[in-house]
Amino acid sequence: MRTLTKTATDARDRYLDAFRTFEAMQPQNGDGISWLRELRTTASRRFEELGFPTTRDEEWKYTDISPIANLIGSPADAAQVQGLSASDVEPFTLQGLDALRLVFVNGHYAEALSSVGTLPKGVVLSSLAAAIRSDSPVVRSHLAQYASFENHTFVALNTAFFQDGAFLYVPDNTVVETPIQLLFITTSGETATIAHPRNLIVAGANSQVTLVESYVSTGQGTYFNNPVTEVVVNKNATFRHHKVQLESEQAYHIATMQVQQARDCQFASLAVSFGGSIARYDANAVMADQGIECTLNGVYLVAGQQHIDNHTVMDHAQPHCNSHENYAGILDGQARGVFNGKIFVREDAQKTDAKQSNRNLLLSPNAVINTKPQLEIFADDVKCTHGATIGQLDEDAIFYLRARGIDKEEARDMLVHAFASDLLTDIQIEPLRQQLEQELHTRLARNRQIRE
Amino acid sequence: MSTDTNTIEQLATQEYKYGFFTDIEAETVPRGLNEDIVRMISAKKNEPEFMLEWRLKAFRHWQTLEEPAWANVHYPQIDFENIIYYSAPKPKKQLNSLDEVDPELLETFNKLGISLDEQKRLTGVAVDAVFDSVSVATTFKDKLAELGIIFCSFSEAVQNHPDLVRKYMGSVVPYTDNFYAALNSAVFSDGSFCYIPPGVRCPMELSTYFRINAVDTGQFERTLLIADEGGYVSYLEGCTAPMRDTNQLHAAVVEIVALDNAQVKYSTVQNWYPGDKEGKGGIYNFVTKRGKCAGVNSKISWTQVETGSAITWKYPGVILQGDNSIGEFYSVAVTNNFQQADTGTKMIHIGKNTRSTIVSKGISAGRGQNSYRGLVRVLKNAEGARNFSQCDSLLIGDRCGAHTFPYIEVRNPSARVEHEASTSKVGEDQIFYCNQRGISTEDAVSMIVNGFCKEVFRELPMEFAVEAQKLLSISLEGSVG
Repeated sequence: MRTLTKTATDARDRYLDAFRTFEAMQPQNGDGISWLRELRTTASRRFEELGFPTTRDEEWKYTDISPIANLIGSPADAAQVQGLSASDVEPFTLQGLDALRLVFVNGHYAEALSSVGTLPKGVVLSSLAAAIRSDSPVVRSHLAQYASFENHTFVALNTAFFQDGAFLYVPDNTVVETPIQLLFITTSGETATIAHPRNLIVAGANSQVTLVESYVSTGQGTYFNNPVTEVVVNKNATFRHHKVQLESEQAYHIATMQVQQARDCQFASLAVSFGGSIARYDANAVMADQGIECTLNGVYLVAGQQHIDNHTVMDHAQPHCNSHENYAGILDGQARGVFNGKIFVREDAQKTDAKQSNRNLLLSPNAVINTKPQLEIFADDVKCTHGATIGQLDEDAIFYLRARGIDKEEARDMLVHAFASDLLTDIQIEPLRQQLEQELHTRLARNRQIRE
Repeated sequence: MSTDTNTIEQLATQEYKYGFFTDIEAETVPRGLNEDIVRMISAKKNEPEFMLEWRLKAFRHWQTLEEPAWANVHYPQIDFENIIYYSAPKPKKQLNSLDEVDPELLETFNKLGISLDEQKRLTGVAVDAVFDSVSVATTFKDKLAELGIIFCSFSEAVQNHPDLVRKYMGSVVPYTDNFYAALNSAVFSDGSFCYIPPGVRCPMELSTYFRINAVDTGQFERTLLIADEGGYVSYLEGCTAPMRDTNQLHAAVVEIVALDNAQVKYSTVQNWYPGDKEGKGGIYNFVTKRGKCAGVNSKISWTQVETGSAITWKYPGVILQGDNSIGEFYSVAVTNNFQQADTGTKMIHIGKNTRSTIVSKGISAGRGQNSYRGLVRVLKNAEGARNFSQCDSLLIGDRCGAHTFPYIEVRNPSARVEHEASTSKVGEDQIFYCNQRGISTEDAVSMIVNGFCKEVFRELPMEFAVEAQKLLSISLEGSVG
């Protein structure tokens, strides 16, 4: 085991103490959840072995999480859920849609704020805690089967500590027309709260689902969110996923999404990251059978002291799969950005077509970007390309606009906006697209004011 | 696919062409490494006090270090106590002309195809041949001396030009740099030294030929190249080793300093013994190479063709310190059978308007594993820095691997950094096209691979370009179906 510094050991021990308390609070007797208790204990043991990562770990080379490890906080108690009214939640929802929505406040399910309307036959949309209580066989067979905590401290923490989250099950041959939103709100009051939301999504064969996972905050406080989302996409299913991260700018957000894909399915995800003080997102997709299409896109816009880290893994485990990846980022102020995209092409995963691109725009002399597009290829009949660019706005384009009577600032804004909104225009949920465009606009305007 | 596999097996049996062992009595020190050995090496070479101190400092630092494990290569633990750190051909006496060189040694060079006389007469290449750590003879020395160019073995430089050595040794690769650089600094035996005075353009290609001969000797050579203001030099390095079953360690250090308006072009062709087709034996090539563009408008260009070694682990880099300086890296790395290569470059942009170009071509065949690992770092004050990187991989056979680990760190908004990479195989349609026109599959592949590497070969000096193409076809012979 690696030697840890004093503070790192303290941080680890604090979590381990918390786990013992947490474990003692769990129901002890019978009712079929001993598997869960075992799972939590294993995860906690793994966490004990791993400890918190340092910048000496290759996966965390550019992201120093010591402020997170040293954050003294506690899980919010369920009572705080009462504090919010429907009108508080309203601005974060997908307006104008007969929404299907689960709302979580500080990590707890808020039934009063949620709306599950009328679901197609067989579809289950509930809190994960409820699904576990009802001993759902789907939960039992899928939970923690994909997001491995073997080498990821924060997944181990989540697995040990998670209390609630969303559970979505879509049976075979079912189409859910309305987008489903999972809304995680943190009220961020005086004391720092820590939440480990856990989501499990299972899409049956030939099903179609659109999901929006939103993380927002009503205050500007410090807190730590550590969500883990597992997505299982079965044969020939079509899944559209959106992750919207608009956490407070004092918040810590470490998220992991693990996607398991079956034959001929399609999975597309867009991650929009605007918030957080330290934000890290691991999006991992395993193409476990043939004929799969997988897209992982992302947009990030950070300024001030923000730190954003996107890690992706495209694991081509089987032949004949196509993957697409396109991440675009804008960095202003003293913001730091990290991108690490891995493409694995396993032995015999022939006829793989993998494309990856990471574009970055640095707007300030103090912004920093570290990018590492990585390919690991073990098969010969493949097409893999990746590219990364870092630069400024195109002077020619600015000149073109100025020649047409648009002033310099406005020309810049237009081009910056276009740089990021390229990916946003693909969003098919109209209210979400508008909401994010608006958010982008507001933030760019604010950043410009700070610069001036 | 079955025909592919058959041909691979059939033709991957190509034996190592340079595998012969010259029976020359060698003077060696006992196995193992401790301060006494370091002192012994220094004493044998009759070095001034500052060299010994430097070696000891490096050795003490080395003892505090751990062997790095981050590279994407796998090999059994090296026992540093079981290596002979110094081996010099005997008798070792002052040599005045080629006639005095041991005829057997000359024969070895003839087998290698770099006969000193031949080269001297025909090609006008000045060769400094390093045979198991000691520089044997340096051709054309006098002619170069007329221009004020110093081109000699490192030991001679230590004796005759201690000020230059003292000033520049360790200025680019300090002994604290990494595990192998520290080891090299402690025990390095010899190498080449070159100084180009201000305003001088070296009229010929300088060249060193390294050859590892004795069993179990690590070759720790150290090369130092200095181009003073407005100087220009093109330097070639070639390497071979005889066939040996135990793995031999090679941990060299190359330092290049380019002052104002100076240009250095450094070309390497490395075809050390790669091990047999079961992956047994071969050279471990753990090398630290770095250049520093210390002056304004200076330029350092690395070109490497890596076809040999069981394991290659090297990252020739350039520190772009002077404003408007240029760094270039052109590389072809070939891995066949069980060879592993983890190679790339580091471009550190410090000065304003610095530019760097990286072109890396990796070819994997058999069970070879080829990694490109590169770092492009633009520091905060590197206004207007520009980088273009391209790393392409070609896969031949379905049991090899190609990996890319580019690190890009940018701290200046005016920087423009582009990285592109692609991976592909030799297309069946391309081969079919050639076959149709009466070109055999083997020739077709050779053509396609050569085309793939053309951008890099173009950068090599004429003599090397021809050799590189030949080497490439030898290393890949039969690995294609």
